[in-house]
Amino acid sequence: MTRTRMLLSAACAALLATGAQADENANMVIDGTEMKIRADAPAHMENVDEIMSGWVFRSVETQALQLDDFDNPAFVFVDQAIDLWDKVDGSEGKACSSCHEDVEDFAGLRTKLPRVDDGQLVSMENLVNECRTERMGAEPWKWSGGQMTAMTALIGLQSRGMPVDVAIDGDAAPFWEKGKELYYTRVGQLDMSCSNCHEDNYGVMIRADHLSQGQINGFPTYRLKNAKLNSTHGRFKGCMKNIRAEPFKEGGDEFKALELYLASRGSGLAVETPSVRN
Amino acid sequence: MKTITTAAVLAVLVSGASWAEGIAPSKVSFDDGLVSASLTGVPGDPVNGRDVFKNRKLGNCLACHVNADMPEESFHGEVGPEMTGVADRWEEAELRGIVANSKMMFEGTIMPAFYIEEGYARPLEDFAGQSILTAQQVEDVVAYLMTLKED
Ligand code: HEC
Ligand code: HEC
Repeated sequence: MTRTRMLLSAACAALLATGAQADENANMVIDGTEMKIRADAPAHMENVDEIMSGWVFRSVETQALQLDDFDNPAFVFVDQAIDLWDKVDGSEGKACSSCHEDVEDFAGLRTKLPRVDDGQLVSMENLVNECRTERMGAEPWKWSGGQMTAMTALIGLQSRGMPVDVAIDGDAAPFWEKGKELYYTRVGQLDMSCSNCHEDNYGVMIRADHLSQGQINGFPTYRLKNAKLNSTHGRFKGCMKNIRAEPFKEGGDEFKALELYLASRGSGLAVETPSVRN
Repeated sequence: MKTITTAAVLAVLVSGASWAEGIAPSKVSFDDGLVSASLTGVPGDPVNGRDVFKNRKLGNCLACHVNADMPEESFHGEVGPEMTGVADRWEEAELRGIVANSKMMFEGTIMPAFYIEEGYARPLEDFAGQSILTAQQVEDVVAYLMTLKED
């Protein structure tokens, strides 16, 4: 083997291990549609001028996977959800499609969630399970289980490209305030807050990870790390465990409030569901 | 002669073992962020300290600090300052203070306090009531940092 070839293969090995550095100026075009992955920060954000999708911070290879639905591994799960959509389940003998003519009718829903219904903050997972238990007489799905993440990916996909636009005033205000407080509260043996990493340090490396703003406009997200769809609350849980903090409950009040607050920090970014991350 | 040596070694080992527990985290006295006294009385081992620095389960300091002394490691974090020449910038007592509880020196820093056992919220059960590093690991990493001189 010549020296150049040896060097080259070493470089390739390194590339495989880490992926080429992110192209932070790349634009995202899917199916001929340009996606808004950078936007002026909403007025309520005091310490950030520009908001950016987590895609911006990923390696060129990971970025590429999201640009074509045939390459995007998340679509295996979207296909599973298309089957689930028509699958009769529960005591009422109904499927989703018994009540909802076409899943496309959900275009726009993802942009507005979580939202307040009758005084309660609800995420998409709550809406799906309400249909299952109240209208189908079926068992609720696990918050971050395979069926739930597949279905929230399929429903979220109907809003792909539309700007995130959650309400944070009126009924939503107290939940939003609670979420904001959690975002800035230090927890765990490592004593860190979400803001320490995702507001103060996005754009820099934390060991092998390139820190993003921790946006949630792409959830559920397919992660190369575990080869499945990951829920928003599942990701929050992972970040909390990394700082050795006892996570809040998936689907609980704290994570729903945090979800609303994070969604509001992404206002104006395109919904990217289902995104691909490492 | 041989017995004497063995006995001496044993004595050191025994006293080392009791010392290794070190002073309790809550008893460490900070003076303007500095900790002058060794936490254990046993000199730090820079070789072990090097491992504490990079080991993800111990200090994981490399997660945040570029360290030119570790070219064999692929990933160096960029959250904090580079470690090159850190011993030219700080005295041992300062480094001990920074590692034990950096918040005494740098208000509001993201850097974790490595030798406190309370004062943080919602720890995972396995870590509750414990410091990230032991007293001796702090001494070892400080001894290692003291080797990072530029000239
Ligand atoms: C010690 C640093 C650290 C802390 C603290 C932290 N995270 Fe993260 N987080 C990461 C890393 C590293 C990643 C993966 C790379 C990236 O997207 O930033 C990540 C990813 C994420 C993502 C996925 C972003 C995407 O585009 O897919 C979200 C959402 C997130 N974090 C939310 C949170 C929340 C909420 C908290 C607080 C409860 C938090 N993080 C605390 C390090 C941290
Ligand atoms: C999560 C990030 C993080 C980790 C982990 C971390 N540090 Fe730091 N460290 C920082 C930051 C940030 C600063 C700068 C102080 C500041 O302004 O907040 C710093 C400052 C320092 C300084 C002073 C450097 C100088 O030149 O001024 C030393 C020494 C140091 N750290 C050593 C360590 C050691 C040793 C460990 C592990 C046992 C460690 N750090 C782990 C973030 C970190």
